[in-house]
Amino acid sequence: MQNILIIGAGSAIAKACARRFASAGRHLFLVMRDETALAEQIADLHCRGAGSVAGAALDILDTKKHDQVIRQAQVQLGKIDAILVAHGSLPDQAVCEQNIEATLSAITLNGTATVALLTGLAQLLEQQQSGCLAVITSVAGDRGRESNYVYGCAKAMVSTFLQGLDQRLSKQGIRVIDIKPGFVITPMTEGFNRSGPLWSQPEKIAGIIEPALLHKRGTVYAPGFWRMIMAIICLIPTPLFRKIRL
Amino acid sequence: MTRDTAPLSMLSGWGRYPYCQSQIIQPANQQQLLQLNQSFAGIPRGQGRSYGDSALAGTVLSCKYLDQFIEFDPEHGILTVQAGITLAQILEVIVPQGWFLPVTPGTQFVTVAGAIAADVHGKNHHLAGCFSQHLLSMEMLLGDGSQLRVSPTHNTDLFQATCGGMGLTGIILSATLQLLPIKSSQINQTSVKARSLSDVYALFEQAAESTYSVAWIDCLAKGQQLGRSLLMTGEHAKQGPLANLPQKTLSIPFATPSALLNRFSIKAFNSVYYHRQRKTVAQQAIHYAPFFYPLDRIQHWNRLYGRKGFVQYQFVLPHAAGLLGMEAILKRISDQQQGSFLAVLKQLGPANENLLSFPREGYTLALDFKLQHGLFRFLEQLDQLVLDWGGRIYLAKDARMSQTVFKTSYPNWETFEAVRAQYAATGKYRSTQSVRLGLA
Ligand SMILES: Cc1cc2nc3c(=O)[nH]c(=O)nc-3n(C[C@H](O)[C@H](O)[C@H](O)COP(=O)(O)OP(=O)(O)OC[C@H]3O[C@@H](n4cnc5c(N)ncnc54)[C@H](O)[C@@H]3O)c2cc1C
Ligand SMILES: NC(=O)c1ccc[n+]([C@@H]2O[C@H](COP(=O)([O-])OP(=O)(O)OC[C@H]3O[C@@H](n4cnc5c(N)ncnc54)[C@H](OP(=O)(O)O)[C@@H]3O)[C@@H](O)[C@H]2O)c1
Repeated sequence: MQNILIIGAGSAIAKACARRFASAGRHLFLVMRDETALAEQIADLHCRGAGSVAGAALDILDTKKHDQVIRQAQVQLGKIDAILVAHGSLPDQAVCEQNIEATLSAITLNGTATVALLTGLAQLLEQQQSGCLAVITSVAGDRGRESNYVYGCAKAMVSTFLQGLDQRLSKQGIRVIDIKPGFVITPMTEGFNRSGPLWSQPEKIAGIIEPALLHKRGTVYAPGFWRMIMAIICLIPTPLFRKIRL
Repeated sequence: MTRDTAPLSMLSGWGRYPYCQSQIIQPANQQQLLQLNQSFAGIPRGQGRSYGDSALAGTVLSCKYLDQFIEFDPEHGILTVQAGITLAQILEVIVPQGWFLPVTPGTQFVTVAGAIAADVHGKNHHLAGCFSQHLLSMEMLLGDGSQLRVSPTHNTDLFQATCGGMGLTGIILSATLQLLPIKSSQINQTSVKARSLSDVYALFEQAAESTYSVAWIDCLAKGQQLGRSLLMTGEHAKQGPLANLPQKTLSIPFATPSALLNRFSIKAFNSVYYHRQRKTVAQQAIHYAPFFYPLDRIQHWNRLYGRKGFVQYQFVLPHAAGLLGMEAILKRISDQQQGSFLAVLKQLGPANENLLSFPREGYTLALDFKLQHGLFRFLEQLDQLVLDWGGRIYLAKDARMSQTVFKTSYPNWETFEAVRAQYAATGKYRSTQSVRLGLA
C-alpha cells in the first residue's frame, strides 16, 4: 500500500491517518476544501516523512469537478492502492427539524454528493482492477434515532451504497470497507460533553483504519466494541424504542 | 450524544490543584483561531503540563489542533512548527535525521508554546540556557488581532516578555528553532552517589563541563545524611543508532487513595532507589527517552497523589546563598517529613534577559507535596526562607504563591506589565495565576 488518495484529508480522523501514512513513507494525494489548509497539511506531511505529497482543493458539493480531481490524483500517484473518504458534517438535529434547507444540505453533503464521488472512485478502481476503497460513515446510520436521524439517514445511504459496491467490485479483487466510528473527539463534536469510555481520540481510530486498509473488507466498527453496542440498539423492539431517548 | 450550548469543564494543571470551571475553546486551525481571538478573554493552553494555574481561567483557548510542522531544513537543523505541536511529535521526526532538541524539560508531552511561555530549562541549563535561547523567531497573535514576527532582534521587548511570560502577552502561533546535531539517540550516562549535600555540590562543580547533569535527592534523609543523592550526568553518544523507541506506556487509571503515599512509603521508596545502586559510580548507555523522560512511561502518574492533588514546589537559590542556604531549606523540609519521592536538584547557569524567566545562576530544587492540612502554611514559611536567601519560585509549577512573594522576587514585573499594555494584552490574556499574582 504505497499510494493513497485521501478525500476530506483535513478532517481530524483523516489527518491522524495521514500522519501514520506519512511516517511510513507513503505517497499521498490530499483532497480538501480549503486551499490554505491544504498547503499547510502538505508541508506538515512532507516533514513527517511522506514519500511524496500533493493535493487538490475540492468542495464535495461541486460534483461537476469530481472527475477532474480524481484524474489529477491518478496522474500524480499512478496506480492508487487505497482511497480513504473522510469528509462530512454533523448538522444540528434541532435546526434540521425546523428547516428544510438545513436538512437537505446535510443529506447532500453526507449522502448524495458522497455517493456521486464514490461513483467516480469506483470507476477508477475498476479500471485499475485493484485497490481498496474505505469510506467513513457512522454508527448513526445503523438505526434512526431522534437525536441525529438526519445525519444518520445520509450515512445509511452511503453504507447501503457501499454494500452494493462491495458485491460488485469484490469480483475484481477490489476491497470495499465501510468504516463506522462511534464517538470521536474531533472538531465535529466540539460542544458535546465528551467524557466517558465511549469517546475515542482520532489517533485511536486511525490505528484501526490503517491496518483495515491493508487487509479488511466489509464493515469495520471503530473501536470494535461499537459492533456490539449497535447490535443491541438495533435489537430493541420498536414499541420500547419509542419510549426511550437516544 | 447531544450538544450543550456552553460546555463547561472542570480543568486543572498537572498537579490537579486547583480546579477551575472553564469553557474550552478549541479552534480547528489557525484561521479559526484568528477569528475566535477577537472576542476571547482568558488564557491560551497547551498540554496542561504546568503544575498549577498558569493555564487556567474561566475561558481557555486550547492550541491542541495547531500541531503541524511548517518547515524542516534537515541540512541545518532549522525547524518551524505551529505552537501546539508537542516535543514528542518533533522528536519522532528529527531524531532519525540526526537532530535533537537543544533544551528539553523532563517530559516530552509539552507543547512548543508551553516551552516558550515557561521558558523551560533542562539538564543542560548550566551550558545551554533556556528554551528561548535557541528560538530564532516566532509569530504572535496580539490582543488587537494583529500578527507580529518576534525574535531576539525584532520587537525585542515583546520577545523578552513572552519567553517566560506564561501566556500573558499574546498567543504564540508558530516558532522557529535551531536544533542540536546528534550522532546517536543513545546517552552515555554516569551516576554517582553522594552522601551529603556538600558532596553533591562538589560533584556538580566537577561536572561543570558535562552536557547534562541532574541529581535526585532524598529530601527525607536527616542529620549526617541530609542531602544524600544520586548525581546523573550524560553525554550524547558519538556513534550508535538514530532511533525512536516504540511508545509503551503504563497508565494509572484513577486517583489512588493518597494514603498510599504516606511518608513511610516515600521513605522506603527513597532508600530503595538510593541503595539500588551498589557502586559509588555506575556507567551505562541508555536511550534518550528513559534518560530525559523517565516518568513519561507512566501515563497519568499525577493520579498517584490522590484525589486532592499536589503542588510541586520549585525554587532557585543564587550562588551567593551557597550550600548554607540550601542546607537550611532542606533541613526545614526534612524536619517536616512531608516531601515527595521526587526531588530534583539541578545546577543553573547564568540568567537570560527575559523579564519573568525563572532560572538564575545557582541551584534549583523541585519537589512534590501532596495536598494536606497545614501544607500551605508550611510552604509560606519556605517562601520566606527562599526570599531571605535571595531566591524565587518557578511560575510553571506555582499554584499558591502570594502577590508579595512574586513581586519581591520578580523585580521586572513592572516592565513586564508595561510591555503587556503596549501590545494590547492587559486584561485580555489573564489566568487564575496572573490574577492571584496581581497582574492586570
Ligand atoms: C513531568 C514533568 C516534568 C517537567 N520538567 C520540567 C523541567 O525539567 N524544566 C522545566 O522548565 N519545566 C518542566 N516542567 C514544566 C513544563 O515544562 C511547563 O509547565 C510547560 O510550560 C508545560 O507546557 P504545556 O504545553 O503543557 O503548557 P500548559 O501547561 O498548557 O501552559 C503553560 C503556559 O504556557 C502558556 N501557553 C500555552 N500555549 C500558548 C500559546 N500558544 N501562546 C502563548 N502562551 C501559551 C499558557 O498560557 C501557560 O501559561 C515539567 C512538567 C512535568 C509535568
Ligand atoms: N467525530 C465523530 O464522533 C464521528 C463519528 C462517526 C463518524 N464520523 C465521520 O468521520 C468523518 C471525519 O469526521 P471528523 O470527526 O474527523 O470531523 P472534522 O474534523 O470536523 O472533519 C470534517 C471534514 O469534512 C470537511 N468538509 C465538510 N464539508 C465539506 C465540503 N462541502 N467539501 C469538502 N470537505 C468538506 C471539512 O472541511 P473544512 O475544514 O473545510 O470544513 C472537514 O475537514 C466524517 O465523515 C464524519 O461524519 C465522525
